[in-house]
Amino acid sequence: MILAVASGKGGTGKTTVAVNLAACLPEPVRLLDCDVEEPNCHIFLKPEIHSSERFTLPFPTVDDNRCNGCGECSRICEYNAIVSLKSKPLVFPELCHGCGGCVEVCPEKAITESRREIGTIRSGTWRHVAFVEGLLDVGQTLSPPLIRAVKQHVGTGGITVIDCPPGTSCPVIAAVHKSDYVVLVSESSPFGLHDLALAVDTMRKLDLNFGVVINRAGPMDHRVADYCRKERIPILMEIPDERKAAEAYSRGLLLIESVPGFRKLFENLYRRILSESRRNPGSMQGDRRDVEGIA
Amino acid sequence: MKEMVVISGKGGTGKTSLTASLASLSGASAIADCDVDASDLHLVLSPEVQRLESFKSGHEAVIRQDDCIACGTCMEKCRFNAVHEARRYGRPSLFKIDPLSCEGCGVCVRLCPEKAIDFPERTCGQWMVSETRYGPLVHARLAIGAENSGKLVSIVKNEARRIAKERDLPWIIVDGPPGIACPVIASITGASLALVVVEPTLSGKHDMERVFELTKHFDIPTLVVINKWEINPGIAGEIERGATSAGVPLAGKISYDNSVTAAQIKGIPVVEYGGPAARDIREIWHAIERRMESIEKPSVIEV
Repeated sequence: MILAVASGKGGTGKTTVAVNLAACLPEPVRLLDCDVEEPNCHIFLKPEIHSSERFTLPFPTVDDNRCNGCGECSRICEYNAIVSLKSKPLVFPELCHGCGGCVEVCPEKAITESRREIGTIRSGTWRHVAFVEGLLDVGQTLSPPLIRAVKQHVGTGGITVIDCPPGTSCPVIAAVHKSDYVVLVSESSPFGLHDLALAVDTMRKLDLNFGVVINRAGPMDHRVADYCRKERIPILMEIPDERKAAEAYSRGLLLIESVPGFRKLFENLYRRILSESRRNPGSMQGDRRDVEGIA
Repeated sequence: MKEMVVISGKGGTGKTSLTASLASLSGASAIADCDVDASDLHLVLSPEVQRLESFKSGHEAVIRQDDCIACGTCMEKCRFNAVHEARRYGRPSLFKIDPLSCEGCGVCVRLCPEKAIDFPERTCGQWMVSETRYGPLVHARLAIGAENSGKLVSIVKNEARRIAKERDLPWIIVDGPPGIACPVIASITGASLALVVVEPTLSGKHDMERVFELTKHFDIPTLVVINKWEINPGIAGEIERGATSAGVPLAGKISYDNSVTAAQIKGIPVVEYGGPAARDIREIWHAIERRMESIEKPSVIEV
């Protein structure tokens, strides 16, 4: 089963839910940190890293001697990554999405592909957790290919927990794609509710099965719980707004190990996810091929 | 004209609450909400929308089933696994393109031997110009799962710049998205000052260091604000020292104050609600003004 932990708004507690959930499971689990712009899971698990590889994307290289300056490459490129000025085309690797179109259409077979590094994939272990994270290089713009590459470690069987980036655009889609269940983490505030509604729209559009965790739940504001009830969305867990939890988080500690009562909360969350994902399997049909990156 | 962008690396550190207050304190500014994925600034600035434009960007491949001969070339050539084949008994397979996986590269369109793939423009969201009591607000809504958020960010920012110039406003204040990639880079490009909001947590510190690398990479003067500093005064101290050694001065610290949430619930900037956080933000605004003065002087000589 693939469990993705997502949210519209940033900073609602995705990483907290992902790491504590993975850490409290009674069986081996894979934890994939797909928030490749700012991966934080390692801060809480401190896994022992045993492999670290650079991740690359293809980009075109033009052979001067073969190029006849026809400009076909430039015409097919939707990203302005290769620009033909009658002579040898100019290549802008950072704009290239690696679609391979220019290689396909070059009548002189003058284009080959080189590879550029955009990030790192690190793997390690912490107790029963097999850990993989992506780390995008600073200055790089394109995170979805790296997210897809991290997701190749989903494996078959067992449980995989995915920590997603915030938002509702292409990086999030890449991260939640083909999950069996999505946990949306929200907080009870006007901003929290507004962004939760966007995340809910996204999950419905993707036809994914999901439930909500309300973080920092306090007596002040019930709008998120009211919204969930109105929309018939299961509330999987409410994380109480406790100073102790905020302090433990700030020091990079697991809540299940440092705040009394939290282990029970997360164990219940897991049971609840299991029963919810069985209850509504309708949205889990469809193409179940493994996710493949382009590189 | 001064352009300040509020960013954070890590999400949820208080960018939007701070931006709203700074817009209120600045007196006259054009405001740009560049968090086009999950924009919230309009919730506290009560905008009245004056102009609404749709955001079209890129293309999407769509197979015309009547003309498809099911040769599978599109699936073979697509590097984004966007083409799906449904095998059918006694009939050729049905090929379909998943719009959410389609990268809009056009390779299948070009290589289809029957020219059976259309390539219409994609509507990726909308952007708006509104009036608020703090000045004009340019904001946007990216369509779900859409690409090119960086391009939409650039549109929002350029429109705010155009309006600021037209109305002779001294400030452009930009609420940035979290992260460090495409939309963040588009938000900070050309800014005169980046204000990084961080909470005193190990995650916050980790993400802040990556954002500093980014602003350094693009050569943008940077200030840091520590929000809710009392959560962990020890880490707050580490952040302050780390920032100083990275050449980033501290603009100020904001107290953990329930009036921030109360102001959000009321739908107004914190500085108008009052409380310890409001006082801290006023101090921060003065620090920003002082920093801008020292940035502006040498740049006049350079020009």
